[in-house]
Amino acid sequence: MATEASRQQPVSRLRGFYAAGVVPWVGRLLVLLLFVWLGVNLVKTPADFGILLVEGVTLGLVYGLIALGYSLVYGILELINFAHGDVFMLGSWMTLYIGVQQIGLTDSSSTGKIIWGLALTLVCAAAFCALLNAAVERIAYRPLRNAPRLAPLITAIGASFILQDVGLHQLGPAPVSLPNILPTSTVFSIGGNNYTWDHLIVALTALPVLGLLVWLVQRTRQGRAMRAVAQDQEAAAMMGINVNATISFTFLIAGALAGVAGLLYALYSTNIQFDQGFTLGLIAFTAAVLGGIGNLPGAVLGAIIIGLIQQFNEGLSWHAPGSDWTQSIVFAILILILVFRPEGLLGERTPEGG
Amino acid sequence: MTATAAASENILELEDVHTFYGSIEALKGISINVRQGEIVTLIGANGAGKSTTLRSINGLNNPRRGRIRFQGRDITRSSAHDVVKRGIAQSPEGRRLFPRMSVLENLLMGTFQREDRNNRKAVNADLDRVYSLFPRLSERKQQKAGTLSGGEQQMVAIGRALMAHPKLLLLDEPSMGLAPIFVERIFEIIGEINSQGTPILLVEQNALMALDIANRGYVLETGSVALADDAKKLKQNEQVQKTYLGVD
Repeated sequence: MATEASRQQPVSRLRGFYAAGVVPWVGRLLVLLLFVWLGVNLVKTPADFGILLVEGVTLGLVYGLIALGYSLVYGILELINFAHGDVFMLGSWMTLYIGVQQIGLTDSSSTGKIIWGLALTLVCAAAFCALLNAAVERIAYRPLRNAPRLAPLITAIGASFILQDVGLHQLGPAPVSLPNILPTSTVFSIGGNNYTWDHLIVALTALPVLGLLVWLVQRTRQGRAMRAVAQDQEAAAMMGINVNATISFTFLIAGALAGVAGLLYALYSTNIQFDQGFTLGLIAFTAAVLGGIGNLPGAVLGAIIIGLIQQFNEGLSWHAPGSDWTQSIVFAILILILVFRPEGLLGERTPEGG
Repeated sequence: MTATAAASENILELEDVHTFYGSIEALKGISINVRQGEIVTLIGANGAGKSTTLRSINGLNNPRRGRIRFQGRDITRSSAHDVVKRGIAQSPEGRRLFPRMSVLENLLMGTFQREDRNNRKAVNADLDRVYSLFPRLSERKQQKAGTLSGGEQQMVAIGRALMAHPKLLLLDEPSMGLAPIFVERIFEIIGEINSQGTPILLVEQNALMALDIANRGYVLETGSVALADDAKKLKQNEQVQKTYLGVD
């Protein structure tokens, strides 16, 4: 209820513009210009466009795993878990620590070792991040459940800094390179642009994880409890649902997704850094807002759009602003969405996507 | 279980219950009980402590002092989900449905803590019972609960509580905001549920209807029990007539 009120606020301030019909036209014009720009680029360099499309979706799937964590937690607590990005960063660190330093995976490891090594690393990273995220909730958010909204927001930022410092201690201030564990040979080429196996494997790992989440939320008893708690905590308690346990479970799931994303990102970019959780966290958060925060399919849709925007911006040749501007563009989208369409692309639809 | 033995058995007992909201004492030592097979009603003005009494029982606001026993077991400090598991289900004030779930999903949420929740036959039998009490709901199974009328929502709220197989049913303001024709229907159904064997603790602002249907009643005033008697006698009570029944 409270969110609906706050969602309506910016709209009412803009009522004067709406009456004049200015805002919708500016919006349509911007979208039209975007499509013209994409169209011209498609005609001029179709091969670049094609590969960027595929790469954008790949990157978007990784962002999607992170964005889902923001949306899950927001859906159930109406809290933005700012520590989430840093949990993701520690997932990447776990990949380095377990996969590279303990198991000793390198670019020359045998296929069998890569498979079991990465599977083990995946389990470790997911479990570690799940427990970490649930611990953050238990320590920093639950005691403030009945406090004013601002309080858990501040502790969320505090938790974010603490985790970031843990990352700084483990990784040091400079970016850390990982070996190319996944094969970088070409799957297919579009006009001389190669799409490589490592990126395909990343995309193909993210997809079943997303499917598993949908199944969990829609089909299981725990998922029903999550949806009930998201819609009305007290009514859920009156059904016999343990509300605190359900919230803990939600943080476990969100953390596990962040852990998987951390691993995939580490394999995808082969470069990790202690503060990646801050930037990528904000990008994923933007994706969640773009799709409609609290809306699970929306988070994935928003993430794919952000992934595409990033790839197109950095890769297209005709009047692309370039990578220096990626973050500015992403956050400009965040501002525009919050001001003009705070309910996100998938609008009134719901946290559980039903 | 013979009828006489059952009738004298207390299923729920509250003994000198004090419940607080922060530092405000909303219940100042309330003692009430519900016996097997009864309908007991709590009447009183807004803020008298009727809903707080239910919140004390169902674990959403544990009392600070006093004792609550259900079927002889102490549930004073039990959490809400434990209370449901012991067999107390509630249709809350304002319905509190899950607005984005369908009618059917809402009803099934009532079975969440039941041991036999995966037994299709048992669950379907209970669904049939709810649909026979509220035929309208069977036409609206797939509709989102948030889009129903107030009366239909009340039916879902009561039906959802019945799906929990309660040993005691708490009803909080079931007539609130409903058209008069719906109010009569709801009260008929409350009587029907009770005659099928479920004891009911009923909180109502519509004191006349409540006292008509109940065996016994308690009048609450600013967090204390002002009167306790058979419902028929309360209806005859001059003070009750003046204050709650609008009789001059």
